[in-house]
Amino acid sequence: MAVASTTAFSLDQYRKISRHFNTMKILIVEDDASASAYLDKAFREQGHVVDIASDGLDGYALASEGQYDAIIVDRMIPRMDGLSLIHGLREQKIDTPILVLSALGQVDDRVKGLRAGADDYLSKPYSFSELLARVEILSRRGRSIPTEDTVYRVADLEFNRLTRRVTRSNTEIDLQPREFRLLEYLMRHAGQVVTRTMLLENVWDYHFDPQTNVIDVHVSRLRAKIDKGFDNPLIHTVRGAGYTVRDSAR
Amino acid sequence: MTALGRLFRTTAFKLALIFLFIFTIFAGSILGYVAFSARRLLEEQVNLTVNEEIKGLLSQFNSGGVLRLVRQIERRSHQPGSSLYLVTTAAGETLAGNISGVDSEGLLEAGSYQLYYRVVEEGEPRPHRAIVETVILPGGFRLLVGRDLDETDRFHTIILRAAGWSILLILALALMGGVFVARRVLSRVDHMTETTRTIMAGDLSGRLVVTGTNDELDRLAQSLNAMLDRIGELMAGLREVSDNIAHDLKTPLTRLRNSAEEALRVGSSSDSYRDALEHTIEEADNLIKIFNALLMIARAEADNVLEGMSIEDASKIARDVVELYEPFAEEAGIHLEIDAAEMVPIHASRELIGQALANLIDNAIKYSSESIFNETVRSVVVSVKIEDKQALLSVSDHGPGIPEAEMDRVLERFVRLETSRTRTGSGLGLSLVAAVARLHGGILKLENNRPGLKAIISVPSVP
Repeated sequence: MAVASTTAFSLDQYRKISRHFNTMKILIVEDDASASAYLDKAFREQGHVVDIASDGLDGYALASEGQYDAIIVDRMIPRMDGLSLIHGLREQKIDTPILVLSALGQVDDRVKGLRAGADDYLSKPYSFSELLARVEILSRRGRSIPTEDTVYRVADLEFNRLTRRVTRSNTEIDLQPREFRLLEYLMRHAGQVVTRTMLLENVWDYHFDPQTNVIDVHVSRLRAKIDKGFDNPLIHTVRGAGYTVRDSAR
Repeated sequence: MTALGRLFRTTAFKLALIFLFIFTIFAGSILGYVAFSARRLLEEQVNLTVNEEIKGLLSQFNSGGVLRLVRQIERRSHQPGSSLYLVTTAAGETLAGNISGVDSEGLLEAGSYQLYYRVVEEGEPRPHRAIVETVILPGGFRLLVGRDLDETDRFHTIILRAAGWSILLILALALMGGVFVARRVLSRVDHMTETTRTIMAGDLSGRLVVTGTNDELDRLAQSLNAMLDRIGELMAGLREVSDNIAHDLKTPLTRLRNSAEEALRVGSSSDSYRDALEHTIEEADNLIKIFNALLMIARAEADNVLEGMSIEDASKIARDVVELYEPFAEEAGIHLEIDAAEMVPIHASRELIGQALANLIDNAIKYSSESIFNETVRSVVVSVKIEDKQALLSVSDHGPGIPEAEMDRVLERFVRLETSRTRTGSGLGLSLVAAVARLHGGILKLENNRPGLKAIISVPSVP
């Protein structure tokens, strides 16, 4: 599918030009040494700092100090299972964003994870770009636009959540309700990579993996409305990962 | 001794002992009561007779005076097997009678007594007991009439002895019965234990013996056999599922391995390696999808209940999924339509029903694109309605469809991933949809859409 290939980056290219690059401190609680080594290396390559705990109690002790931007927890770990760990941290009023990474990937497993106090749930096996995008969105440091703002702005694109008006260079753009929510999510995370599954989860509230690129077609429709006729495209494809909205001219 | 010890420990034996105890007490008290009543009855009878005789003798005395009485007594005293008689003066001198050596003091008073005395029989004095009555006659004469209780006492002894023997007999019989019942039950239980041991050792075909008496042990054996049948079925199902899993996972794994091997063999540039690696990831993702679908199907097969189900509007779910697929369908040149009733409440997981519909729509769009018909029939219709308390969610296309003979096969063996539809995609669509329908207490039906396929998810609607 020819989805505006001129605006596509690879993840590494995106990393190099990204203005919102921030170093995160991440705690990984995972008992499988090769899995945690892989994550350690991958996150370090992206410029993040990683601590590793190989069981629930160690993880709990480290996380209790609360100096992390995000915590990645496996569910089935020795000495204290992942969900108890999360529950314990939340009881202690530690609100560090937590992502559960688990081999248990059924619908109700996910519900259990979120109910225990996790912020996101990713089932194994996963792609690193998906995990990275989710952790960056979870961690507060990467957040470029405060959620409470009523007006989101990227370059000359303006998005008003209250009046539901979208303008580019002061020209009003007519959006369908779903397109409106799609743009809202992309703009709230402007400068960050948003994956297709994240869009499906947050805009459509479905967690399955569609067999076809249904999301791509939605994004390309939105892109046609937002970027068509402008020299400065704002919706970019990040190859192998997803999409990002950012001002490429600056 | 262990066999005996085990016998003593059986429930049947303990029960036999308890019954034995209770029966003995009952029998003992009934026999005791009989003996006691019989004795009292006989003694009353004796009292009456003595009374009557005294009345008769008194009338003799009244008409003929003491001489006539003495004559009467003397006559009666010498009859064999007679009663006891004694007539004395006020001072206690014996005038007539057949007893002697009586403590005359005791007889001076009027009234009824029990008297212990000895009778000399065959030269041997033997203790006897009697009931006697004394009256004081005018002139101070004393008249004593009594009856020997020897016979009554003998009767009583016989009853008591009979009671003793019967209790002993009851004890012996009950003990034997208890042992017999315990042994019988024990041997059947032993047999059952032995059979279950062989079954535990891995021979699932073994069954417990049912004697046909329909007693508790028979019913237990029947239940256990039914349980074994069910376990056997599940095991067979599991074996079939694992065979299928092996088949469904080995095929893509082989493809993955082959492409990696090929890249190593002929690959020359980093670009070709990159292509091979990308292909590898693609195949791995495909494997993950297959794996997830298999897990879901396994759950549906095990009749697991889903957590987190709630009342959902099937129409709303359908509209959402159609909205998700609409741009994609348009791009493929297919008209995606929805015909949904106002509100179709079902007890469901929105996520799973959404995924099932997405699978059906995905399939329908793909197969419609292959349609031999012109543009006007290249449409996919999603419809939601209620019929007979069933919510029917259907997706119809005008693609090549499935031959009707194959439809049954696909649904009958829904565990097996259908090979006929593996041309594009992972080919998991229908298996997964059927699993979802089953998890919601419903079924997936396939119909000929003339031309094309109509897939209907039928689940109970909530009133």
